[in-house]
Amino acid sequence: MKKEIIAMILAGGQGSRLREITETVAKPAVSFAGKYRIIDFALSNCSNSNIDTVGILTQYQPLALNAHVGIGSSWDLDRQYGGVKILPPYVSKDGGRFYKGTANAIYENINYIESYAPEYVLMLSGDHIYKMDYMKMLDDHKAKKSDVTIAVLEVPWEETNRFGILNTRDDDRIYEFDEKPENAKSNLASMGIYIFNWSVLKKYLVNDENDPESKNDFGKNIIPKILEDNLDMFAYRFRGYWKDVGTVESLWEANMDLIKLGADFDLHDKKWRAYSVNPISPPQFISPYGMIESSLINEGCIIEGNVKKSVLSPDVYVGIGSHIEESVIMPNVTIEDDVKIYRTIVINDLNIPKGSVIGDPNSKEITVYAGENTSE
Amino acid sequence: MNDVMGIINLSESDENIKDLTLSRSIASIMVLGRYRVVDFILSNMTNSGLTNVGIFTHGNSRSLTNHLGSGKHWGLDRKRDGLFIFHPEHRLDDNIRRTGDLENFKANLDYLKNSNQEYVLLSRSYMICNIDYRPFVDYHKKTGADITIAYKNMENSVRRFVECDSLTLDDDKNIVSIGKNLGKKRHYDISMEMYVMKRELFIKIIEESVHRGDARFMKEAIFNRMEDLNVNAYQFDGYLSCVNTLQNYYQTNMDLLNVANSRELFYKNGRIFTKVLDSPSTQYTDNSYVSNSLVANGCIIEGTVENCIICRDVHVKKGAIVRNSIVFPNAVISETTNLNYTILDKNVVITERKMLFGDSGSPFVIKKNTVL
Repeated sequence: MKKEIIAMILAGGQGSRLREITETVAKPAVSFAGKYRIIDFALSNCSNSNIDTVGILTQYQPLALNAHVGIGSSWDLDRQYGGVKILPPYVSKDGGRFYKGTANAIYENINYIESYAPEYVLMLSGDHIYKMDYMKMLDDHKAKKSDVTIAVLEVPWEETNRFGILNTRDDDRIYEFDEKPENAKSNLASMGIYIFNWSVLKKYLVNDENDPESKNDFGKNIIPKILEDNLDMFAYRFRGYWKDVGTVESLWEANMDLIKLGADFDLHDKKWRAYSVNPISPPQFISPYGMIESSLINEGCIIEGNVKKSVLSPDVYVGIGSHIEESVIMPNVTIEDDVKIYRTIVINDLNIPKGSVIGDPNSKEITVYAGENTSE
Repeated sequence: MNDVMGIINLSESDENIKDLTLSRSIASIMVLGRYRVVDFILSNMTNSGLTNVGIFTHGNSRSLTNHLGSGKHWGLDRKRDGLFIFHPEHRLDDNIRRTGDLENFKANLDYLKNSNQEYVLLSRSYMICNIDYRPFVDYHKKTGADITIAYKNMENSVRRFVECDSLTLDDDKNIVSIGKNLGKKRHYDISMEMYVMKRELFIKIIEESVHRGDARFMKEAIFNRMEDLNVNAYQFDGYLSCVNTLQNYYQTNMDLLNVANSRELFYKNGRIFTKVLDSPSTQYTDNSYVSNSLVANGCIIEGTVENCIICRDVHVKKGAIVRNSIVFPNAVISETTNLNYTILDKNVVITERKMLFGDSGSPFVIKKNTVL
């Protein structure tokens, strides 16, 4: 049976700039905003946009990610036909190997895509935090009769050197791609969200695979090649919150963004829920000794100490006399009595012994606490 | 526990908790922040390894069926066995006989007959506890009794379990008689209304009672046969509460502000499962003051909350003071309000400058969807 559009999520990123946080989990599986993992936002967007067929390309440390995605029921993606499928690198008669690059990852799964005979393929990254209706982007793609549409975000001019910048004509037709330019001609940053006509993409994937010089990467090879051939490539302008949480600092910042009431990124919106695997835990309990100020707290937490400007994931215990400030605590962490934690991201499933002091309230640096594995 | 099936009988009297059952049955009243009453019995059954559970409903079950869905949240969406829901049939020709629950059992005898399990665990929903049924069933098998009823020995608990069944036991824990607790005694044995018996016996009791016409309710039918049967009791020692009256309901919620109680009830023999709603983290602001309270996810707390149970997606605005209260989902409590000893039902909106005071013995209930 045919699907008009299917989504492919690139979730193989190692995320090495997240330091110890991605030691044992892939970046898309890193926990965020208390109860989510980063990939939940791409998956929830698919589900809320009525895209019911999603392939997830995994590579690096896939265990936590596989366990999290399961059969996709948390996002209503457990479907009779379609649904979510994890697509790891596999062994064929030519031998087994890692995906060589993002383009190769899709190339290796041409059979999966063809089995749905889609008109369009939506390419997503599993690393980004945003809410977007992909169907509106598809409407735009169809209206302009594009071969490729790339979602773009207007970024401040002084930050253009951090992004892949797309230079466009007045009608948003893309004529040039600049990776992290020093003197940008435009402030439209690529969000890593593409819609391709499948017939076009397939042709370029096959040619790219046959080119021994190619790095098999979308940004470096496929997109420039399509531009070279003058195909119809348009930008789709997105307005709203979008964040790439690639570094410890940006992950910490994105969490802190949410603490403010009426944050730009509204997770309380019932019309566009962010779905996740929900913990089976009782409501949070704030004991008579507990104090909470400007924080996000989740199921299963027991708060007997002070929590200020922090994000606590499910099942975190904060002991009497402890003080947590400007920190992010990942799930299932026990913080014993009289512990002080400042400006730190604490990795999941740890026990922090009585009297510990972690992080520095006056430092600009963000500490990552990984128990015995912590590097200084 | 492959040889036990669970039956949850929801013909529970809501005479004394009516304010909360106007649009739902007792089984689907919100309790302890994120649960419905029925979650406890369902989780107890599935945590004990039961895979075949039949729920016999009573009254308005819209909210209950919405909550239960396919049973997947309790691991009961299965190919073999799983969750079955039976609503009472309403026919005009013999309305009178259909007031009791026995008719519903009779109408669905095929389900009971076609099930494969040797034993039946019959229960209500309103007993809140975390119990492992395996030792209970083992005890039943060992004593060789026809029926075993679970009970808890209460010491010095005046005015708890009012209106619940009380048991009189002999030295061998045989049940001599069953009465009603008026809340005046200090020491008593309270029936948990959980019965284990052979499935064959259960079917026989239904068929004979219908034939004789001497009972309309299952409980009545069992009590009628007490003389002929060997009925024994199994002692349970854990936390137990009942939500059969408004006072008991209020007290049950407040009990769980005690960490020892909540550690036991929420974790002891397995966790309590419920329908998941993907509510985001609860947000506290720099004006919030929260103490000794259970708060579910999805809330925004800008005001003062003390000794409260706050359900999902509640908004307590700046300057609002809420004490000793139970707040159901989606409630909005506006600026400069003061609430003490209240129960706000679902979707209630309290507008600015309101003061509502109830009493611990009779909390002030604001009905569902009220804008005050």
